Amino acid sequence: MRRKIVSLLMATLVAVTAIAGCGNSGGSASSAASGAAGGDTIKIGSIGPVTGAAALYGEAVKNGAQLAVDEINAAGGINGVKIEFKFEDDEHDPEKSVNAYNTLKDWGMQILMGTVTTNPCVAVTEKTAADKMFQLTPSASSQDVIAKDNVFQVCFTDPNQGIASAKYIGEHKLGTKVAVLYNSSDVYSKGIYEKFMEESKNQTTYTVVAEEAFTDESKTDFSAQLNKFKSAGADLVFCPFYYEVAAVVLKQADSMKYAPTFFGVDGMDGILGVENFDKKLAENVVLLTPFVADAKDEKTQKFVEAYKKAYNATPIQFAADAYDAIYIIKAAMEKGGVKSTMKTEEICNLMKDAITQISFDGLTGTAMKWTKDGAVNKEPKAMVIKNGAYTAMD
Amino acid sequence: MDFIAHLINGISLGSIYAIIALGYTMVYGIAKMLNFAHGDVIMIGSYVVFITVSTMGFPTIIGVVIAMVICTILGMTIEKVAYSPLRNATPLAVLITAIGVSYLLQNIALLVFGANPKSFQSVVPFPPLVLADGQLVITGVSIVAIIAGVIIMIALTLFVNKTKAGCAMKAVSEDRGAAQLMGINVNGTISLTFAIGSALAAIAGVLLCSAYPTLTPYTGSMPGIKAFTAAVFGGIGSIPGAMIGGLLLGIIEILGKAYISSQLADAIVFAVLIVVLLVKPTGIMGKKISEKV
Repeated sequence: MRRKIVSLLMATLVAVTAIAGCGNSGGSASSAASGAAGGDTIKIGSIGPVTGAAALYGEAVKNGAQLAVDEINAAGGINGVKIEFKFEDDEHDPEKSVNAYNTLKDWGMQILMGTVTTNPCVAVTEKTAADKMFQLTPSASSQDVIAKDNVFQVCFTDPNQGIASAKYIGEHKLGTKVAVLYNSSDVYSKGIYEKFMEESKNQTTYTVVAEEAFTDESKTDFSAQLNKFKSAGADLVFCPFYYEVAAVVLKQADSMKYAPTFFGVDGMDGILGVENFDKKLAENVVLLTPFVADAKDEKTQKFVEAYKKAYNATPIQFAADAYDAIYIIKAAMEKGGVKSTMKTEEICNLMKDAITQISFDGLTGTAMKWTKDGAVNKEPKAMVIKNGAYTAMD
Repeated sequence: MDFIAHLINGISLGSIYAIIALGYTMVYGIAKMLNFAHGDVIMIGSYVVFITVSTMGFPTIIGVVIAMVICTILGMTIEKVAYSPLRNATPLAVLITAIGVSYLLQNIALLVFGANPKSFQSVVPFPPLVLADGQLVITGVSIVAIIAGVIIMIALTLFVNKTKAGCAMKAVSEDRGAAQLMGINVNGTISLTFAIGSALAAIAGVLLCSAYPTLTPYTGSMPGIKAFTAAVFGGIGSIPGAMIGGLLLGIIEILGKAYISSQLADAIVFAVLIVVLLVKPTGIMGKKISEKV
């Protein structure tokens, strides 16, 4: 009995210390944050995969954002203060993404420009919503990402990509018999697929003759699915998944002498960057994406030139999204009169209102507008791969 | 015609599973351990072929031989460094070590080769076989995979039954203590097993990446698990069992995708595995081991 009382006492003691400890650390964290904010910089953090399967995207976002940050800082910053930018790797893994978020928060981040990919982003939005931090993702496109009211997107929401793809195929008569292949274990892929199927019912110029799925565990062999498409006579295959898988699909279709038009969405962007990939396989692949590196407008050309000079590579859509994201943050901060000395929550509230009031002309769209739900409104563009390079489709 | 096409795809996928499963089953049969790093040895072998053939421009056959040599050395080193000191430890300790080695290899590959996927150009030079006016196309890789699977199985069976080293393996697998008393070098025999298993891994890697051409540090892990399933399916420890298990697994997977649901393919495969194990706990070709009292 006595032992029990002692242990009870000990437990209470531990609990009390723990609570006190929490209080303490919370206090010091907030003082650290306000201390950092008290400086003369605004701290923007970003998270994305720079290693792992989706590394190409994180790399592009990191580079694109850095380019915008350097330009803005060289021109005097936002509302008179310079930007401090820090990028953390998440390997396209939700758990690592949350860890990266915590690291950035310790650093004193005030605004999050990220994360790059959908699944990790959904995890991180839970944290930013709880912390009331303004978040603008350049490229995480699922609708789940913008479920929280503090999160906004630069890219299209998945449903919009699915609807836009169906309309585009229908209007431009790219095929008459359409087959759909999607990754049922990925919210990005499945989200686009569902909306595509819905919208396809309204299209009169084509019919969907086959729909097949695969999962992350079985993304090496597509012979069964492609065989079915082939015998169904599909002349266009809609591919709402990432380029890494697309490289395998294209190769296998080629080896079984099946050559429909492959139609991808923004995840297809990057296919030409796969090391040692036979670019002939991607010939005539069409993708729906808001950014084309060889577009002739002055803004794009200036950006592509600066990007090539800095990183010795041609920017993909993700780089442009990130570049725009930084400028959108700038525009919203100026509109809302956000100061670097404000608390994170205060910044978030001002930004949430300000972003719905601006109309932004960027690389990935003109007159981009946001609604309170976080989705962006802009026109999609399509491009086609010709002679191993992206070419704008008209 | 569709059915034949699916069947051929299944056999081709199954042959690759079978070659990987042979490596699992040999090591299990002799060393009585599950070498979970096998899938990652496959990945290393694929990278070696990628570098020698695609980057350095060596002829395919030399690339494959180099990969086999490197994988053999790698397999024997792993055995010496990680498994051999645990020869008398509990099976659980060895199992965990194997998983550790698997992660070690994956992360070393991540460091050395980077995370960007590399597109593996098929090293099988044969053109695809086109039958029935293009309705049926059998890829060169499929043909090579099927033939390689059969040859390897026959060669291994002959090796185990007809050579001295093979008989030593059988002896070690049946009773390690007694084999040692009979003057068989147990450590040497286990080393040899790892050497053969790892050389097979290199061949499996080449075929795997020729058929499914994206190479990343994680390429080996999922096929490794499927092949392990195939080995259990066929009766782990049995060479023909691994072959049959691999082929069946491949065929069930592809036919399941084709005729039932492409989403449920993996669920079907593992459901069949459960049924087989419930009916025949030692697998299709597994020997029934009766406990002597």
